[in-house]
Amino acid sequence: MNEEKTSFWKKDGVRSIIASLLSILIGLLAGTVLILIVGCTNKTLGLQSAWEGIRLVFFGLFSTGRDASGALTFGFNPASMGNMLFRAMPLILTGLSVATAFKTGLFNIGAPGQYLAGTCATLFIALSIPSDQVSPAVIWLLAFLGGMAAGALWGAIPGMLKALLNINEVIACIMTNWIAANVVTWLFDISNLKNVVENTKSGYIYKTTFNNVATPKFGLDKIFPGSQVSGGILIAVALAIVIYIVLTKTTFGYELRACGANRHAARYAGIRDKRNIILSMAIAGALSGAAGSLYYLAGNTEFYWNTYQTLPAAGFNGIAVALLAVNNPIAVIFTGCFMSILDIAGMQLTNLTAYNEYITDVIIAVIVYMAAFSLLIKMWVSGRKKKKPALTEAPAEPTAESAPQDQTAAASAADGKEAQE
Amino acid sequence: MDTAPEYVIEMLHITKEFPGIKANDDITLQLKKGEIHALLGENGAGKSTLMSVLFGLYQPEEGIIKKDGKEVKINDPNDATALHIGMVHQHFKLIDVFTVLDNIILGAEDTKFGFLEKKTARKKVQELSDRYGLKVDLDAKIEDITVGMQQRVEILKMLYRDNEILIFDEPTAVLTPQEIEELMQIMRGLTKEGKSILFISHKLNEIMEVSDRVTVLRKGKYIGTVNTADTTKEELSRMMVGRPVQLVVDKTPAKPGEPVLEIEDLSVPSQLHKNDAVRHVSLTARRGEIVCIAGIDGNGQSEFVHALTGLEKASGGRITLCGKDITHASIRRRSLAGMSHIPEDRHKHGLVLDYTLEQNLVLQRYYEPQFQHNGFIRFDEVRKYAEKLIDEYDIRSGQGPVTIARSMSGGNQQKAIVAREIDRELPLIVAVQPTRGLDVGAIEFIHGQLVHERDEGKAVLLVSLELDEVMNLSDRILVMYEGEIVGEFDPKKVSVEELGLYMAGAKRQNTEAEK
Repeated sequence: MNEEKTSFWKKDGVRSIIASLLSILIGLLAGTVLILIVGCTNKTLGLQSAWEGIRLVFFGLFSTGRDASGALTFGFNPASMGNMLFRAMPLILTGLSVATAFKTGLFNIGAPGQYLAGTCATLFIALSIPSDQVSPAVIWLLAFLGGMAAGALWGAIPGMLKALLNINEVIACIMTNWIAANVVTWLFDISNLKNVVENTKSGYIYKTTFNNVATPKFGLDKIFPGSQVSGGILIAVALAIVIYIVLTKTTFGYELRACGANRHAARYAGIRDKRNIILSMAIAGALSGAAGSLYYLAGNTEFYWNTYQTLPAAGFNGIAVALLAVNNPIAVIFTGCFMSILDIAGMQLTNLTAYNEYITDVIIAVIVYMAAFSLLIKMWVSGRKKKKPALTEAPAEPTAESAPQDQTAAASAADGKEAQE
Repeated sequence: MDTAPEYVIEMLHITKEFPGIKANDDITLQLKKGEIHALLGENGAGKSTLMSVLFGLYQPEEGIIKKDGKEVKINDPNDATALHIGMVHQHFKLIDVFTVLDNIILGAEDTKFGFLEKKTARKKVQELSDRYGLKVDLDAKIEDITVGMQQRVEILKMLYRDNEILIFDEPTAVLTPQEIEELMQIMRGLTKEGKSILFISHKLNEIMEVSDRVTVLRKGKYIGTVNTADTTKEELSRMMVGRPVQLVVDKTPAKPGEPVLEIEDLSVPSQLHKNDAVRHVSLTARRGEIVCIAGIDGNGQSEFVHALTGLEKASGGRITLCGKDITHASIRRRSLAGMSHIPEDRHKHGLVLDYTLEQNLVLQRYYEPQFQHNGFIRFDEVRKYAEKLIDEYDIRSGQGPVTIARSMSGGNQQKAIVAREIDRELPLIVAVQPTRGLDVGAIEFIHGQLVHERDEGKAVLLVSLELDEVMNLSDRILVMYEGEIVGEFDPKKVSVEELGLYMAGAKRQNTEAEK
C-alpha cells in the first residue's frame, strides 16, 4: 500500500516524533563534541578516554564496568536498568503534570512546589500512623493519596488565581514553589518525627521504612536485582495511560483541551472555563504530588529536611520531559525514561572515567533547548517531506485522534516556550 | 502635451505565485487619468495581492508596471510614494491621541532648524481641505472625531503628499449611508481635479454608482474590464462568482407566531467607559420572523448580544426565552433553553481553530447522549454527524471531517458555524454579522438558510452592520444608536436614507417607553 506509506510520513504524530528524535540526536552530538574538547585539552584524559566517554554517553545504560584488561564492557546491566526505571518514575509523573497543564493552555512551572507538597504530606502520614496498629498497606495507600491531594491543593492555588483573578500562572507557580520549600522545611522542623536514626546514620532523616511502609515491588526486584526499582514505575505508567484516555477520549478531556486551545470559544460553547482551569491545575498538581509521594515511598530513599531548602530538580525536569514528548502523555513515558537513561550514563561516566556527570547535564540542557525549537524542526521536517507526495496524490487523512491532539500540543508547546523565555 | 499617454498606471500581465497557489495569474489593470476604476472580486480573488504588487510589497514573477507609459520598478513602498501612489487602508493608520493636523503631516513634516513648521503646513492643509470639500477640524484629536472624518483625514494625508493615484481599500465598510454618499461626492471631486482613483470593493451598489470602469478578478485570474455604464449588477456578480447569483433574497412575507424571546429594559455596562453600553432595551422576537438590529458598529450591539447570550453580565432588565427567565442563567443553560448563537467573531468565539472540523461541529452538542456515553466521546457518532453536516451544508475542506479548522477558508469556517448552530433546531437563532467578510456566493447561501429557518417557525434575531443585508433579509428592523433602540421599521416602508438618519442619531422615534 503505497498510499499508507506516504500518509505515514505526513502524519502529524510521526513528524513530532522525528522532531523529538532530532533534538535528542543534536543534544547527544553536542555532548560528544564537548567530551572531545574536554578530552583533547585535558592532560589526564586524552583521545582514548574521550572515546570511552562518548561510548558511555550513548550506551551508559548497558555499561557493565571494565574487564580485566581495563577495557569497557557492555551488556545487559540489571541494576542500571532497574535504577533507570526508578529514576524515570518521578520524571514521568512531573512530565505528565506539565503536559496536562499545557493541554489546557497553562504552563505549570509549579511542579517542584507540588512535588514538595506531596513529599511532605506523604512522609507525615506514613510516619505518624503507627504501623503496629494499622496495616502498613493501608498506611501506604493513605500516604499516597494524601500526597496526591496535597499536590492537587498546591496546584489548585495558582489555578484559582489564574481563573478568578487572571493572575499569570507562571508567576503564581514560582511563588508557590518557594512558599512550599519554606513551609515544608518549617513543618519538618516543628514536627516530632525527626531524630530517627538508622544504623550509623543519625540526624533528621525521614524514611518511610522506619514505619514499615514501602511501595510493593511486584517482583520487579527479581527482574532487576541490585537496583532501587519499586512498583512506583508501574503506577506512573498506569497514570500516564489514564491521563491519555481522559484527555483524548472523554468529554472532560474535550472540554479541557478546548479551554486550552481557545478559552473564548470554550466559554461561548457553555464550557465552564474557570472550573476547568482550576481542575486542570489540580490534576497537574496531583501528578507532581504523586511523583514526590512515590519517590519517598519507594523504601530505599530518605529525606533530609535540613538539606532540602532548595527546589527539587525532578519538578523542573518535568518541563523538559513534557516538551520533548510534545505533551503527549504516552510519549512522556518514553521521554521520562530517556532522561533517566542520561542520568545513568552520567553516573557511569563518573564511576568509570575521569569525566564527571555534569556533561550529561549539558546534554540535557541542549536537548531541552532543541525541544523548545521542536516546532521549528517539525516544520522543517514537514517542509522536506511535503514536496514529493503533494504532487502525486490528494492530501492523506491522519487518524481522527492523533492529528488534533498533536496540533494542540504543538501549539501549547510554543506557548510554553514563550512562557519560558 | 497632447501626446500624453492615456493611462497613468498600467499593470500588464502580472503573475504572482505563492507556494501552492497563483494569487495573480496574468492580470492586467489599466488606470486612466481622472477616472474612478473599481477593482471587484470575491475574497481571495487576488485584489490585495495585486495592490501589494503596486505598492512594492511583493515582486511579481512576471509582468511589468508602467507609469505614464514608462516602465517603472517598484521595489518597496517608498518607491510607490515617490511615484505619487497613495492608499487609504481599510483600517485607518492614524494616531488616536494626535490632532488631525499632526496626523496629516506625520512623516512628511516641514522643519526649520529642526523645529516643526506647522504654520505653512496648516495653510497647505486648509487649502486642500477647502478645494476638495474635505471638512475636518484640524485641532481635534482623532479619538474625538467620527469615523467619516477620520477617513477624510486619511484622504488629506494622501493629498498633502501630492499623490496622484489614490487607492481606496474597501472604504465604505465603516460608514453610514450619508457618509458613503459624502465620500462618493469627494471621490468625484478628486477626479475632477485630475486625480485617478482605484476603488477596491465587493459592494455592487457603490461600484455602479461611482465608478467609471470595473475590472473583475476571480480566483487570481483576470476576468475582464467593463464600462460601468454598459453593465448591470447581475452581470458584474456573474463575472465575479462565475455563475448567476441571486442578489435579492427570495422570501415570502413573514407569518409571526407566538413570542420566543422577550427582552425587557435590558442594560449592559460598558467595558470602556462608566456609562452603560446598552440602555433600557426592550424587544420581542416571534416565531417565524427575522428581527434585525441595525446600527453603526460600536453602538452597543456587541454588548447587547453578549448579555443576551450570557458572555457578559447585564446590569439590569429581564430576558425571557420560551417562557423561562434566563436573565441570570449560565451560557449552557441558555443554550439548553433554546438559543443558538452565530457569533460575531468566528475566530475568537465561533471555532476552536486547532480542533478538527468534526470536533468543531459538535462544540455545542458533545455532551448530548448521542455523542457521549458515560463521559466517553462516541467518535463514530461524531464522525457520522460531521459527515452529514458537511454534506448538507456543502462545507468544503481539504481533508473532510479531520481538517484542522484553522486551515479552512473563511467562508467555509462560517458555513461550519452556521451549520452547527442551525442544525441544533432550537427556537431562537441569534445571528451576529453572519456574512461578514464573505463573498457573494456564501452570502447567498447563508441568507437562504436563515430564511429557511424562519419559514420553519424559528425566531431569528439578526444583528448586522450591512444595510443591504438588513433591508434584504429582515421582517422588522430595530435601529440601535448609542445603546438604545431609536426606531422600529418595516423594511418595505422605509428607505435606506431614512434608516441612515436614525443610525447616525439625527432622528429618533418617540417611543413612549417607560424610563
